[in-house]
Amino acid sequence: MKLIETRDLRVYFRVRGSLTKKVRALDGVNISIENEETFGVVGESGSGKTTLGKTVLGLIKPTKGSVYFEGKDIWRMNKREYREFRRNAQMVFQDPHTSLNPRMTIAEILSEPLRELRIDVGDIGKFLVDQLESVGLGKEFLYRYPHELSGGQKQRVAILRAIMTKPKFIVLDEPTSSLDVSVQAQILELLKDLQRKHRLTYMFISHDISVVKYMSNRIAVMYLGEVIEIADSEELFEKPLHPYTKILISSIPIPDPAVARSKVRLKPIGEPPSPINPPPGCRFHPRCPFAMEICRREKPPLIEAEKNHYVACWLYMNK
Amino acid sequence: MSKEFTDKHVLMVRDLNVRFYTYAGVVHAVSDVSFDVYRNEIVALVGETGSGKTMSTRAITRLIEAPGRIESGLVLFRRRNGSVVNLMKLSDEEIRRIRGDEIAYIFQDPSSALDPLYTIGHHIVETILDHKRVIKRIARETAIKVLKETAIPNPEIRVKSYPHELSGGMRQRSVISMSLVNSPILLIADEPTTNLDVTIQAQILDLLKDLVKKSNMSVILVTHNLGVVAETADRVYVMYAGNIVESAEIQELFEKPLHPYTQMLLRSVPNPLKKIEKLESIPGTVPTLINPPPGCRFHPRCPFAMEICRREKPPLIEAEKNHYVACWLYAKR
Repeated sequence: MKLIETRDLRVYFRVRGSLTKKVRALDGVNISIENEETFGVVGESGSGKTTLGKTVLGLIKPTKGSVYFEGKDIWRMNKREYREFRRNAQMVFQDPHTSLNPRMTIAEILSEPLRELRIDVGDIGKFLVDQLESVGLGKEFLYRYPHELSGGQKQRVAILRAIMTKPKFIVLDEPTSSLDVSVQAQILELLKDLQRKHRLTYMFISHDISVVKYMSNRIAVMYLGEVIEIADSEELFEKPLHPYTKILISSIPIPDPAVARSKVRLKPIGEPPSPINPPPGCRFHPRCPFAMEICRREKPPLIEAEKNHYVACWLYMNK
Repeated sequence: MSKEFTDKHVLMVRDLNVRFYTYAGVVHAVSDVSFDVYRNEIVALVGETGSGKTMSTRAITRLIEAPGRIESGLVLFRRRNGSVVNLMKLSDEEIRRIRGDEIAYIFQDPSSALDPLYTIGHHIVETILDHKRVIKRIARETAIKVLKETAIPNPEIRVKSYPHELSGGMRQRSVISMSLVNSPILLIADEPTTNLDVTIQAQILDLLKDLVKKSNMSVILVTHNLGVVAETADRVYVMYAGNIVESAEIQELFEKPLHPYTQMLLRSVPNPLKKIEKLESIPGTVPTLINPPPGCRFHPRCPFAMEICRREKPPLIEAEKNHYVACWLYAKR
């Protein structure tokens, strides 16, 4: 069943000091996320990954288009439905050092969502201790402040805060990017455990494609506000279709010197363009080694080129 | 590790100790660190946050500021004219002349390495004029040439650009141009690609490899990213909690890691080309270096810890040819 669906989602930001210039952070994004899957989103900085995450959670109001949660448009929900949606959809941010209030104890941080959404858990003290233990932290953490915790411990608290309300859906925005690799592995395993235990659906956003591949069932590749390819994660790596995806995958540093030195690396042409005046037609065409005449004029639609493998590229349109 | 400064040596660091005297206590940031850099090679110092990799490289040209102090150590460096000097014994003025000229740095954050009030060209010209007696016009031409070498499009226009007018990748390439302009013998690149997108990262790493191949330069690459190490380095030193725990040639290290920390570190990185069932994580966290654990500093997190590991610090021994490890599993007791 589809848990999240977006239809022609567009988010434009005004550029300060200009009446007409707009940053097209999202420009016609259609995705759907199935129940209990991990949907990965990759792309370079400025591709709109974080905006997409925030928009599906209702934290940014789309300029155009809609977001559906369990079939309901989140911007047309009544108060009761909306509160239920807020409880069901949560977020974990990139930097746990700034996403936890330094003046609140861990107990306060964790009970805040319960209080806001008026969720009764009975004995709050016992509940919090049980919860802390479920993410590998002891009860001694209850009355500590964020600065007393290491990066990994803070991120555990941030994840725990997100699951306090028993949500169905969590957007994980670069949840391990500020952590060391050994700690990153701990957090990724924790996220997988929690997903199994609470039957969670994740949207996993990261620029680290290796991590996204490890976590996700399906992956969407974004470029300048558009989704250009969606496929199962194994398929995407074995058989990337879009030239940009091919370049992206061939640029990942592989932690194996034998492979790293023998692989052929594809290179994009030139510099990444500005999202304020994106190129017409396919937005990748100025950097694409395979650009044709039509790419300069017309925007390619996202089509199912192979089973469950979607791509927006004119190279695959005749098939 | 050789005791002699051989013909192949560019840099030899022995028993380097750096401490920080803070209110909370003395931080033993770098403890008894020794390593070598040979001609035309890329040496990686790899480790997690607080492992001492950055401080070890900063200490080479004495870039340690209070409350930090270099307690002891020998840093031999072969200068451009062939003479060998101990950088620890030079006067401030003498070391300033080497820094930016014979030994150049690329720091992690390109935005903070550039002054927003000056153009890219100004930065590069300043670096030249600081060390060489040339007229400004020549320096400017050199600046354009070096920008071109680092694959910056339209270098004639870009020399007049301010840092904010460039993308992150171009800024980092400008910083690289700045450090390369005096043709250093040793380039110290501290996380040169950490905040960059993968396609740009790939470009910068290719550029570094190319430069080492073409010119007479060696690179110390400081990074936490094992993928970047696998792609670029010839030899690797693995650091943990202020110590070097293992060193080997690149293939050897990835194929046959000896130290339990290196083994676990390698298994905690997802390889996108492999199907991984479960990532290994290293239990616990990196210790504080105010009161580092006695004996082997990794013992509280090590699954193979023995009695001796808690008491005595393991020496760095040559367990296999050119493969050094500091671990009691391999040392003779």
